[in-house]
Amino acid sequence: MTIVAPNRAAVAGLVEELPERKRSLAGVALNFCRRQPLGTFGLAIVVIMFAAGISAEWIAPYDPEENDFSAMMEAPSWAHVLGTDQLGRDIFSRLVYGARTALIVGFSAAFMGGAIGLVLGVSSAYFGGWFDLLFQRVLDVLMAFPLIILALAVVAVFGTGVFNVILAITIPLIPRCGRVVRASALAVREIPYVDAARALGFGHARIVLRHMVPNVVAPFLIMLSAFVGQAILAEASLSYLGLGVQEPVPAWGLMLQGGAEEYATTAPWIAVFPGLAIMLTVLGISLFGDSLRDAIDPKLRDR
Amino acid sequence: MYRYIVKRLLLAVPTLVGAAALVFVLMRLIPGDICVIRLGSGGAHVDPASVEACRQELGLNDPMIVQFLDFLWSYITLDFGTSMWSGHPVTHEIAARLPVSLQIALMATVIAVLIAIPLGTISALKENTWLDHIVRMVAIAGIATPSFWLGIMSLVLVLDITYLATGKAWMPPIDYVPFWQDPIRNLSIVLLPAITVGYRYSAVTMRMTRSAMLEVLREDYIRTARSKGLLEQIIVNRHALKNALLPVVTLIGIEFAFLIGGLVVTEQVFNLNGIGRLFVQAVQNQDNVLTQALVMLVVVIFVVTNLVVDLLYAWLDPRIRFS
Repeated sequence: MTIVAPNRAAVAGLVEELPERKRSLAGVALNFCRRQPLGTFGLAIVVIMFAAGISAEWIAPYDPEENDFSAMMEAPSWAHVLGTDQLGRDIFSRLVYGARTALIVGFSAAFMGGAIGLVLGVSSAYFGGWFDLLFQRVLDVLMAFPLIILALAVVAVFGTGVFNVILAITIPLIPRCGRVVRASALAVREIPYVDAARALGFGHARIVLRHMVPNVVAPFLIMLSAFVGQAILAEASLSYLGLGVQEPVPAWGLMLQGGAEEYATTAPWIAVFPGLAIMLTVLGISLFGDSLRDAIDPKLRDR
Repeated sequence: MYRYIVKRLLLAVPTLVGAAALVFVLMRLIPGDICVIRLGSGGAHVDPASVEACRQELGLNDPMIVQFLDFLWSYITLDFGTSMWSGHPVTHEIAARLPVSLQIALMATVIAVLIAIPLGTISALKENTWLDHIVRMVAIAGIATPSFWLGIMSLVLVLDITYLATGKAWMPPIDYVPFWQDPIRNLSIVLLPAITVGYRYSAVTMRMTRSAMLEVLREDYIRTARSKGLLEQIIVNRHALKNALLPVVTLIGIEFAFLIGGLVVTEQVFNLNGIGRLFVQAVQNQDNVLTQALVMLVVVIFVVTNLVVDLLYAWLDPRIRFS
């Protein structure tokens, strides 16, 4: 499935007499909200999480690392909205700071993996031949590793920490993106403007980046939203296993580590809220991604 | 069909060799000399002569390509080496922990498919009713919920309910017993993890069944079947579902990767001594021999599963094997 958006400048030049329809950004956004209520809900969750992550210092009522041993495992109250954990740390503050970590890791890994996969996938389709054949075999090999397994193997090599976790999640996302993009780009390659660009003497890099990449952006964007969700889940899993983000960096997966279920009968909120935060964020991203897909290409609906 | 099987089998070989190469390279990127780590655990002074002897023994002085071929050959002959951490042969470690993981994986798959296909079908047949909305909500929640959190929550629930009911919190046992020895104990161990891991599987399969079913129901031959007065039941079971299940079969193969990933984390939650937990321990203990063996094991399982799924697909859909 490919979406071929005509080059707007070129079209505008050809049909100058037609008045160009004004579509402001606000208008597009308003239209999206009206048609995709669920997607708007998802977007709202993502925006709230972003706001929390960016302004954590101002929102969080306590220092996320501050132990208050006089208030350990306290139930939610006005002083501690979501209660405190076994070390007397305010859960709400930790959640707010955790949003920052989750979003930084989720978005960096998804965008880096996506961008590398995009360029490689389009180049592979454009050049074809042995390069394409080799690229496909490499994809096959990388796809033979389940995401978490490959991420854990990368962590085994480079160690833990925020940066290494981003790297560990980026690598398995590259082939997943490359494969989808390559399929779209193969169809774009057949459109005569690529040959035309070649005949005009444009370089390969310019054709790939300026002419082919923009035409596979629609399926790419849809995939990217799924990647962000997957990356956030993967980061939470790695951190939960103790092989991801390390203390003292606040992370949702870390908050569930250390036997959250031990306090099931005495302080269940320790286990409940971090998981809810992960679930809500990924849910928001998936709902938004689904609606984005419907809005961009109704033909792909419900796949 | 025969030719197709051979073709697919031959395609799997370079993938496996490539995966072995990747694992080989990754494991050699780990900083530090493996022999120094082995001999000098705890920062003690290491005798250079014994390091040299160890390097010689492990073949680390050979050219890279020779090392890689040795590595490949040892795996082909099922010799995975000894765990650096426990000192036991890797085969022994894996064999002891495989049954529990295998049982959870199989049960999760069966539970997921048994729930997902009927619900997905009903959801498609009753499109845009409250039933459909509920099924879709359950499905999308399944994709967003981290499986380890679901595991923790189900443990919390079990603990709380048993605490309220009997005054004493009950935890599922953690030492695995085969089903034929003690069925009740066995199920009390694996049921919760299987449901935990299976939820996501089920959710994705449900969505796929629903959308594939919706697409098939709009086909001309369904309209023909209806217009000639066939029973709705026959139309759904014999004409629609059979065709709708084709993409679902592929998805089950792809999702198997997520199942393995889910197992890694879920075994940690339930304290089960399975392959997933072993893998995490191997990475934590920097046991490279065990880590590379487990990565290869997962890759082989995954590649074989997808091979089986592809063959199944070709068997179900003649258009594939003749193209």
